[in-house]
Amino acid sequence: MAEHTLSILVDNKPGVLTRVTGLIARRGYNIESLSVDKTEDPRLSRVTLVTTAEDVPIEQIKKQLHKLINVHKITELTPEDSVDRELALFKVKAATDKRPELIKLTEVFKAQVIDVAADTLTIELAGDHNTIAQLEELLSPYGIVEVARSGKLALPRGNW
Amino acid sequence: MQINGATALIRALEDLGVKRIFGIPGVQNIEIYDALLASHIEHVLVRHEQAAVHMADGYARATGGVGVVFATSGPGATNTVTGIATAYMDSVPVIVITGQVHTTSIGTDAFQEADITTITLPITKHSYLLKDVDALVPAVFEAFYLATSGRPGPVLIDIPGNVAAAETSYHKPSAAPTLPSYKPTIKGNARQVKAAAELIAAAKWPVLLAGGGVVSSNASKEVLALAEQAQIPVVTTLMAKGVLAAAHPLLLGQPGVYGTPQANAALHEADLIIAVGTRFSERATADADHYAPRAKIVHIDIDPAEIGKNIRVDVPIVGDAATVLGALSERLEKTRRPVLQEGESLAATSLPSSSSSPEAPPGVSAEVPVEAPAKAPAEAPAEAPAKAPANNGLYLNTTHRVFSVFNELLKACEDVIITTDVGQHQLWASHLLDASKPRKFLTSGGLGTMGFGMPAAIGAQLAFPESLVVCISGDGSFQMNVQEMATAVDLKLPIKVAIINNHSLGLVRQWQELFLEHRFSHTLLANTPDYVKLAEAYQWQGRRIDTKGEANNLKDNLRWLLKSEGPALLEIVVPTPDLVEPMIKPGGTLTELV
Ligand SMILES: Cc1ncc(C[n+]2csc(CCOP(=O)(O)OP(=O)(O)O)c2C)c(N)n1
Ligand SMILES: [Mg+2]
Repeated sequence: MAEHTLSILVDNKPGVLTRVTGLIARRGYNIESLSVDKTEDPRLSRVTLVTTAEDVPIEQIKKQLHKLINVHKITELTPEDSVDRELALFKVKAATDKRPELIKLTEVFKAQVIDVAADTLTIELAGDHNTIAQLEELLSPYGIVEVARSGKLALPRGNW
Repeated sequence: MQINGATALIRALEDLGVKRIFGIPGVQNIEIYDALLASHIEHVLVRHEQAAVHMADGYARATGGVGVVFATSGPGATNTVTGIATAYMDSVPVIVITGQVHTTSIGTDAFQEADITTITLPITKHSYLLKDVDALVPAVFEAFYLATSGRPGPVLIDIPGNVAAAETSYHKPSAAPTLPSYKPTIKGNARQVKAAAELIAAAKWPVLLAGGGVVSSNASKEVLALAEQAQIPVVTTLMAKGVLAAAHPLLLGQPGVYGTPQANAALHEADLIIAVGTRFSERATADADHYAPRAKIVHIDIDPAEIGKNIRVDVPIVGDAATVLGALSERLEKTRRPVLQEGESLAATSLPSSSSSPEAPPGVSAEVPVEAPAKAPAEAPAEAPAKAPANNGLYLNTTHRVFSVFNELLKACEDVIITTDVGQHQLWASHLLDASKPRKFLTSGGLGTMGFGMPAAIGAQLAFPESLVVCISGDGSFQMNVQEMATAVDLKLPIKVAIINNHSLGLVRQWQELFLEHRFSHTLLANTPDYVKLAEAYQWQGRRIDTKGEANNLKDNLRWLLKSEGPALLEIVVPTPDLVEPMIKPGGTLTELV
C-alpha cells in the first residue's frame, strides 16, 4: 500500500479540517498522520497529511480535494523533492543505574531530555520517521511509559 | 440603514431573482419568515421539508434556474437531508437555508439543535454556518454563484436565530463573487479538442454518449449539431433523456443496466465514445472493467474529478459541455473526414448489423440483440416489442401495454413534463415514454429517491403553469410523500399522477425473482390504501382501473387523467409479476442480458 504525503493549503476557518479529513475517509483513504497550523499568511493553514489506500488512485483524491471550496492548493511531496520532520516525546522508565545509558542514547540521536522525574525521563526527538522509529526501538527495552508523536511536517525543497 | 439579518437575507434573495421559496417555518427561522411577509417572493408552504427540497429541485430541473428552500433548525433541517442528497447526486442547483439555534447555544444540545452543516458535508457542494450577521449577504451571493456555476449542486446556509435577528446593513455586491480557490474551467484545451476531432474523423463506429451535464449546460443544440454533422449515433443516459427528440433517427436510447439493447450494443462495439457530461455511473456502464472494450474514449466534463474516475480515458477534456462541443464541431469542419458514399452515413455503419457481417469487429456475440439504429424503442408502441428479446404477442407484458398506450396519448398532448418516482415504473417510463426536449423528464437518477416524483411535479408545474405535468409513481413510492397532495390543492396545481400499482416494491421484487430464487422478502404490499378515497380526502379527483378486468377502459381513463381539471390521480392496477426487460445481469457487460 503506497503512502502519499499531501501538503494542502486551506482557508484558516472553522470546519475546514473536517471537510478535508471527512472527504479523505469517505473516499476510501486512511489518514496515517496529520498536522495542521497557520502558514506565513494567517488566512491560510497548511495541512500535512500522510495517507494510504489500496484501490483509489491518489489522483482521484487530489481532484476531489480540489473541489472543496476552502482548498487552495495541493502538493504531493515525494521524499526526493521534499524535507520532512516529525517530533516525538518518549517518557521512559529510568532507574538510577540506567540513566547514564539513556542519556548517552539521547546524545547519539541528538535528542534532548526535557523532563527528569524520580523514576522517568522524557526525551524529545525531532527527525524523520525512521530515526524516530529507531530511537523508539532502542528505548523500548527500558520500558516506554508513554509516547506522543506529531504528524509529519513537510515542505518542498529549494526555491519558491 | 440598519435592518435585521432576516430582512437582509430576503433583500439578497430578491436581488438574486428568486421568485419562489419552498418551506416550513419554525422557531429558529421565525424572523426570516417574518421578513418574508414584506417581500413579493412567493412562499410555498409544504407538508414535509424533504418534499420542499424535491419541489425546489424539480423547479430547478425544469427551468434551469435555482430552487430555494427554507427549513427550521433540528428536525426541519434533518428532514431536508434526503432531498439535498438527491439534488447533489444529480447536480441540481438548490439552496437550502436552515434556521439554527442561537450562537450562544450551539454545541450545548439545545432544543432542536442539529449540526446540519456537518451532517450535509458529503452531500453539498459547499455550506455556511453564519455566526456573524455581516457575513450573511456576501455568503448568500456566493452560495448562489457556487450552486449554479461549474458543476451545479446544492449549497446549504445555516443561520442561527439570533443572527437573523441581529442588525446589519444591506449592500448588494457590485460584481460576481471571486473565489481564488474556485475557478471552473469553461473552455476546453485546444490541443485536446483537436485530438478529439481527429479521433472522430478516423472512427468507424463512433457513439456520442450524452449525460446529465448536457442538460445542466443547456448543450442539447450542440449535441444535435455534432451528431448530425459527423453522423454519430447518440446514446442518452437517464439524466439526459430528451436531449435528442425521441423520434430523431440518430437516437439509440438509454445505456446501461436497464438500457436499450441498441444503445448498449453500440457502446459495446464502438471504436470511439465521445462522452459528454456523464460520470459513467455503474448503472450506465454495467461491468466497468469490460466496458466498451474496443473504444477509445473522449470524456468531456466540467468536473475534472469525473474524468478517469470510473472509466479509462484517452482524451480528457475539462470544460463546459456546450462550449467544448461547439469548439469540437468547429474543429471537425477543418478535419479530414472519411469520404462517404451517396446515402451512406456513419450512423448506418456504426452498428455491426450481425455477427456474421464481415464488418463486425471480432467478438460480436450472436446473442446481442442488435437493431438498426433507426428508432428509439419508445417511438412507436407497436414496435417496441419487436425490439425486445422475449417477444410474445404485441406487448412484452401488460404493463408495457399500459405505458405504450399512455405514450401514444402523451405524444398527442402539447408541452408535457413527466416526473417519476423510483422503481419499475420509473424504468418503464424511461423506456416507453417519449421526451421531445431536455428538462421534460425529471427523475432521481443518482440517488434513486422514492418520493421524488410528486413534489418534483409540483415544482415543475409551478414553473410552467401551462404545461401538462404528469407524475408516474408506484404504489410504494407514492406513499413516501403522499402528504404533498395537500400542497398541490393549496396551490390549485393541476398535476396528474398515475400510480402504477403492482402491489409491490416491484423493482426489488424483480431482483428477488431473478437473482434470489423468488424469495420475496418484504416486497409485497398487499395493503395499499384506497387511492380513490385518498384522492377524495385531499380534494383531488381519483379513479382506479384494473388492467385485468377492464382492459378496454385503459385509454379512456388515461385520457380522463390527462384532460381532467385540477389535480387528479389514476391508480392503474397491473400484474405483480411484470418485469422491466431487457436488463443486464448484475456484474455483466452491456451485452449480457438476464
Ligand atoms: C427512499 C427509498 N427507499 C428504498 C428504496 C429501494 N427501492 C428501490 S425501487 C423500490 C420499489 C419501489 O416500489 P414502487 O414505488 O411501488 O415501484 P415499482 O418498482 O413497484 O414500480 C425500492 C423499495 C429506494 N429507492 N428509495
Ligand atoms: Mg409498486
